[in-house]
Amino acid sequence: MRKRVFYLISLVMVFSILVAACGGGTTGGGTIKVATQSPLSGGQSAIGVDIKNGAELAMEQLKKPLEDMGFKIELAPFDDQANPDNGVANSKNIVADPSILCVVGHYNSGVQIPSSENYHTANLANVSPANTNPKVTDRGYLEVSRIVGRDDVQGVVAAQFAASKGAKTAYVVHDKTAYGQGIAEFFQREFAKSGQVAGFEGTEEKANFDAILAPLIAANPDVVFFGGIYDQAAVLFKQAREKGSQAIFLSDDGFDSPEAVNIGGPTLLEGGGLFYTTVAGPAKLYPGTAKFQTDFKAKYGADPKPFAAQGYDAMAICLKAIENSTKAAGNKMPARLAVTEAVRALKDFAGITGTINFNAKGDLVTAKYFVIQVTSADPAKWNDNTIDQTLEIAPPQ
Amino acid sequence: MRRLLKSPLLIEILRPLGQIVIFVTASGAILSVITLLIAFLLRDSAAGLACIENYGVDLVTYTVVNLPQVLIDGVTIGFVYATIALGYTMVYGVLEFINFAHSEIFAIGAFIGVETLIALDNAGVLTGIPTWEAYAWLGIAILFSMIVAGATAVAMERIAYRPLRGAPRLVPLISAIGVSFFLQDLIRLVESLTTGQFYRVFPTFGNFDERISIATIPFRGTVIELSIQVKSVIVIVAAIVMVVGLNFLVNTTKLGKGIRSTAQDRTTASLMGINVNLIISMTFLIGGLLGGAAGVLFAMKFTRIDPFVGFFPGIKAFTAAVLGGIGNITGALLGGIVLGMLETFAGSYLNVFTNGAFGAEYKDIVAFAILILVLIFRPSGLLGEQVGQKA
Repeated sequence: MRKRVFYLISLVMVFSILVAACGGGTTGGGTIKVATQSPLSGGQSAIGVDIKNGAELAMEQLKKPLEDMGFKIELAPFDDQANPDNGVANSKNIVADPSILCVVGHYNSGVQIPSSENYHTANLANVSPANTNPKVTDRGYLEVSRIVGRDDVQGVVAAQFAASKGAKTAYVVHDKTAYGQGIAEFFQREFAKSGQVAGFEGTEEKANFDAILAPLIAANPDVVFFGGIYDQAAVLFKQAREKGSQAIFLSDDGFDSPEAVNIGGPTLLEGGGLFYTTVAGPAKLYPGTAKFQTDFKAKYGADPKPFAAQGYDAMAICLKAIENSTKAAGNKMPARLAVTEAVRALKDFAGITGTINFNAKGDLVTAKYFVIQVTSADPAKWNDNTIDQTLEIAPPQ
Repeated sequence: MRRLLKSPLLIEILRPLGQIVIFVTASGAILSVITLLIAFLLRDSAAGLACIENYGVDLVTYTVVNLPQVLIDGVTIGFVYATIALGYTMVYGVLEFINFAHSEIFAIGAFIGVETLIALDNAGVLTGIPTWEAYAWLGIAILFSMIVAGATAVAMERIAYRPLRGAPRLVPLISAIGVSFFLQDLIRLVESLTTGQFYRVFPTFGNFDERISIATIPFRGTVIELSIQVKSVIVIVAAIVMVVGLNFLVNTTKLGKGIRSTAQDRTTASLMGINVNLIISMTFLIGGLLGGAAGVLFAMKFTRIDPFVGFFPGIKAFTAAVLGGIGNITGALLGGIVLGMLETFAGSYLNVFTNGAFGAEYKDIVAFAILILVLIFRPSGLLGEQVGQKA
């Protein structure tokens, strides 16, 4: 018996060595990969898939200079399912593949923060198209840069907007993730300066909000703020309206998806109306995206959802950085650290969402923030919602 | 008239109705009194002062004003739990085995119903239709999901449980957990192949989202609003119909007699000429039908479903079945109502009573702590010892 176990173990070991050897043999060579990580399945896939599609489109259009240098360029899409565990597991696979030189990634800050610890150890560049939690860049990792704004600004923008609408009392609900709770706290802190925050609740509930809503309805606030993602926010808002709340509903860039009105229906627009702040917004807000919009529609058969243009730009930055560092290495495959440094070395990079310059932390030197009012319950008209405010604000130091 | 009142058929319909009324009023009244008592005791504490500051009323007024809504929400979710709990308790009664895959039967019911309605909505059938037609389509969707969920439950028993009937008790339990995962992933597979989305939204049609205002009562400078949503009424009515129907089936029909005798003693029942395998299949079928209908009702009430939608209601319904006394139909009803009420009371008042220290998220802890207390003093559940009624 013991002998048989020994044979079995040695067989497994030989096999795994063989597999490892083969793996090493085929990937090194002339292939450079850029990974994407976003939720491709699950409740948040509507946005996650378009981040990947935006990145894919960018790779298709911009890979030529690298191909001319003799490299094969490939996309390695990963599905983090909006779940930190999956994101971290994927990040280990990404780090283990030496041909991956850059990661476009993550929709959820709560997934990006633990996953990027692995990128950081491996010196692997990570350009974030959507993560807004301050901690994403406040850790000071050279590897992590983002091309959108921050929640400590966005939450303040939201609170000031609520106050400008004459709101005196607010009720704050969040989804208990790093992102949702983070922005909810920034909102609460700012709103408390001018008004009163009647309640602050976190919940992972996705369907039955009865218990959360009882004190909310009793407090009868002027504004209900939800920090989190549309798949939860829209259900909560819908049930709050049905229970008779006439408050202004206000959410964050996680609400920025046409799926929100598909879930919530026309009742959301009643009463005080429905608003959200965002760091992205529809692609047509950016003057440089005209060609992107037509190309995207031609390839994927639908208008780009919010953050698709950011996915495009994140990939463009990755490819440019890889190109620059390859040239610097004498047309040889560059080291990961060289790519990471090349990302930050970019100056006045002309992206489709604007001119991109990073500060020492990896934030944009000035980022755009929008306040948008949802005006139609038809998901197809999401991109036509009214823009209430457009702000350009530098990140706090 | 007198003879009619004494007829066993009518009694079998009236008895569960009476039980429902008693259970709802009793659990509602007891919890209301306890809550009011706590509010009265806490009225001068920090929590009471914070309440005056935040809501402009003292704690007792706040409690009273919110009570009607809390009671309505609690009863509604309680009935949903009860209809699912019936599936657990029926199977346990007959096989003494906990069918953990029942929560996935519920999820399948929800998906079939919602997908049917989405398909109808996309075909334009549901736009601008008169109210009665909306109810007809809802009825068809419920019926359709009942059929599919029932068929799945029967197939599940035939494939995964019947071959293990003589095996030690833990074996079918593991099989049930396996079936549960399998069905969950089956939903995910089908959804990703057809729609590419894991969560589906109950389409907006008919007058289900409207509120019926019953009364507005002025109370100590503020008003108590008594109103109920149409969909809550539908959930409650449908659940009552199911409970009464099941009671009728089990206690008066030939099939019911077969189920009861199989539950009492399988071997003897088979010696008396009862086809035990058929009866067990029928038990799963009935549980599946009820679970499927509950799935659609849940989706209608709470709008959004995903492949994991069965997990929490399933666990809660199982808990409700244990709380009431597993194997006992009346017990499942009582357990569901009590658990639904407990949970909603805890969720709605915890925040205010603890001055924000514990949010609504802790509702399950309170509900389950009370459950543990009940089971310490009554290990066989609230109504556990009525074995004669065991289905």
